[in-house]
Amino acid sequence: MTAEHRDAPEVALTPLECRLLDRFQRGLPLVPRPYRAMAEALGTTEEAVLAALERLKQAGVLSRVGAVVRPNTAGASTLAAMAVPPADLERVAALVSARTEVNHNYEREHRLNLWFVVTAPDAVARQCVLRAIERETGYAVLDLPLEAAYHIDLGFALT
Amino acid sequence: MMVDEDDRRLLAALQDGLPQVPHPFAAVAARLELDEAAVIARLSALVERGVVKRCGLVVRHHELGWRANAMVVWDVPDDRVDAAGRLLAGHPFVTLCYRRPRHPPAWPYNLFCMIHGRDRATVEAQIGLLCALEDMAGVSHAVLFSRRRFKQCGARLARSEAA
Repeated sequence: MTAEHRDAPEVALTPLECRLLDRFQRGLPLVPRPYRAMAEALGTTEEAVLAALERLKQAGVLSRVGAVVRPNTAGASTLAAMAVPPADLERVAALVSARTEVNHNYEREHRLNLWFVVTAPDAVARQCVLRAIERETGYAVLDLPLEAAYHIDLGFALT
Repeated sequence: MMVDEDDRRLLAALQDGLPQVPHPFAAVAARLELDEAAVIARLSALVERGVVKRCGLVVRHHELGWRANAMVVWDVPDDRVDAAGRLLAGHPFVTLCYRRPRHPPAWPYNLFCMIHGRDRATVEAQIGLLCALEDMAGVSHAVLFSRRRFKQCGARLARSEAA
């Protein structure tokens, strides 16, 4: 679980890759051959779409073709924060990242410097994960569960 | 809860994403011992009910050149926080906006928004725009830029993994 470098090279996109990302961060066709339907929408072939997606994955731009679950519907999630002395941060971050229930884990510029999202099947399991992280690392975890959401998740605009 | 065990199994099977093959739902169905039509129908229903907020390409913003990522947090009086949340969320550069509990004195903030931008200066200018809003005047806030990403992946929902 090493930190990913901030200065990794930016990926240059082909026109097709750009159009795929612009058009299909939402609205994946829920049909037996979704990549063919995407190809038809963009005036290209299923093979070209599959190849473009494969390349985007290799380049690290595409995390997955998948479903983004609304928080606290299929599971119980929370945002958690810890204040970790900088000299101990690598060790603690690795322990936190190693948990399958942790799906985002970032260092941020604050006294509370480690921020991560925990998702578990239910609230009891979620609390168990937070307590286990406290025991394992020796630092207190601040639990900041979502109380209201104000945005609509549209994905990222490329332009 | 809005999902049953079969929904949960499907979401767990999808957590690493659909495979890049001509019939990806059939591939997922085979793993779940379901048929393709049942997988598509169940996923469509999850989208319809809002459990799945979007289906599609999930990108990693850093690799796309969105290098700066700031969490801006505000201590908004309780009777104004929902209005402030809607106001901030209405700005196109605000990608997420949530209300969360305060934990004074360590954490006095109750409104969180995320801004992703190409570089730090752009994001700082956008934060400046938010601070200049009449409704945000005098609201105590903090800016937490991200420094290192240790992990970024989809949520794990399978009960079997929640030991």
